[in-house]
Amino acid sequence: MTMLSVERLAEVLVEVADTLVDEFDLIEFLHMVTGHTSEVANADAAGILLADHHGRLQLMAATDGRTTMLELFQLQAHEGPCQDCFRQGHPVIEADLTTADQWPSFAPHAVAAGFRAVHAFPMRLRDEVIGALNLFGKTAVRMTGADIRVVQALADVATIGLLQERAIRQGEVLTEQLQNALNSRMVIERAKGVLAQIHSVSPAEAFELMRAYSRRHRLRLGEVAQAVTEDPARHPELTTPDPR
Amino acid sequence: MSEVGDLEADVRGLVAREPRLQRDKPEVVGQMQRLCRAAARALPALGVGVTLISEAGPQVTVAASGEPIERIEELQFSLGEGPCFEAYRTRRPVLIPDLAAVAPTRWPGYAMAAHDHGVCAVFALPLQVGAARLGVMDIYRDEAGNLATQALRRALTFAEVATATMLDGQFSPESMDNLLHGAVDNRYEVYQAQGMIMVQLGVPLADAMVRIRAYAYAHNKRLNEVAADIVADKLVLEPDAP
Repeated sequence: MTMLSVERLAEVLVEVADTLVDEFDLIEFLHMVTGHTSEVANADAAGILLADHHGRLQLMAATDGRTTMLELFQLQAHEGPCQDCFRQGHPVIEADLTTADQWPSFAPHAVAAGFRAVHAFPMRLRDEVIGALNLFGKTAVRMTGADIRVVQALADVATIGLLQERAIRQGEVLTEQLQNALNSRMVIERAKGVLAQIHSVSPAEAFELMRAYSRRHRLRLGEVAQAVTEDPARHPELTTPDPR
Repeated sequence: MSEVGDLEADVRGLVAREPRLQRDKPEVVGQMQRLCRAAARALPALGVGVTLISEAGPQVTVAASGEPIERIEELQFSLGEGPCFEAYRTRRPVLIPDLAAVAPTRWPGYAMAAHDHGVCAVFALPLQVGAARLGVMDIYRDEAGNLATQALRRALTFAEVATATMLDGQFSPESMDNLLHGAVDNRYEVYQAQGMIMVQLGVPLADAMVRIRAYAYAHNKRLNEVAADIVADKLVLEPDAP
């Protein structure tokens, strides 16, 4: 696989990095990476597989959507360069599939589909391997050390972007949870005040009244609290003085 | 990578080495208290406070570098105005090197109240993750003047570490509860008082809060104090005369 000019490679890297800053669309991003990698490595097809939470490789994006191609990617969930690369965490380079015997199931399929070379690069950041970048070539051409480093660099940039986006999303989820917890607490405290005033009891006693009422009527405490402050008429048993 | 990474490692180191105090709360809140003290020491500052703010309104001051700072932190929320709200709303740091020079229309109540507590400069840094906002870190100084570039960088890093610390391990409802219940000032009595006044005066929730705030301001008391008195039945607000 022959490489592009340094200038074009630099352009590609900048474009990938740029995308990470903008509105992030995961699938779009991955498609872009496969396209660029394919161009840079002069490959005939490229794909990205990511591991799901069971550790199974799933195809996320590919430059070629034809059925035969999809099957070749899917096969690698069980056997093939991507599987090896994912498990071992380093690039797996196979320049000539016709002489390869390590993939008795995958290799013949790939050769039958017209491919001679298959390579896989780990999507990896330190100890975490999240998937693999997969390249197919129709001719059996070697990859030099420099070639391998360049493609791995693209895979690395893509990995960093993915993990960063994931961390941000996780942070957003947690922040939302914290906000919800804050709001729920506020609603409950207000309801305690309302009931404390109505029944001339302490807020703590008011809380017990509310809990007992919620349990008795199989209602969620939060919902009851909300209603107490917004629409007390909905729970007259709780909101009229001297309940029994 | 090296410079950014170093700054964060630096700040985390400062927080880790900050001595624990007897009055420190457990777990995340305790960490945040140490972080505030470490920040006040490093920047340096009169004090540092961290408050969680919710879009719907409730706030919780998680930690501050000292008890007097807790009171200063509360000012913005008692008065309902101040640089922290602006920082939260605009998602940008609000840097006020000279509170006295601020136009009187900007924060009419706050500027004076803060000055009474010896605050001359305030730097409010939003705490956020992606599009989501947690709250604000407030840095107070008793002298007018800008934060030097390196100090500002450090301050921003402290804010990042604070955010990460609070979000770290907040995966269970229990740990989230701990953060909210264990916070230095979670104002729960303010919300209880709000509910009580709503019934006492027969007014909507928002009006109840306005009445409580107005009473606090008129009598030069802290919102928390007034709320505590209302909840303890030591204070009943009179309905407006017809």
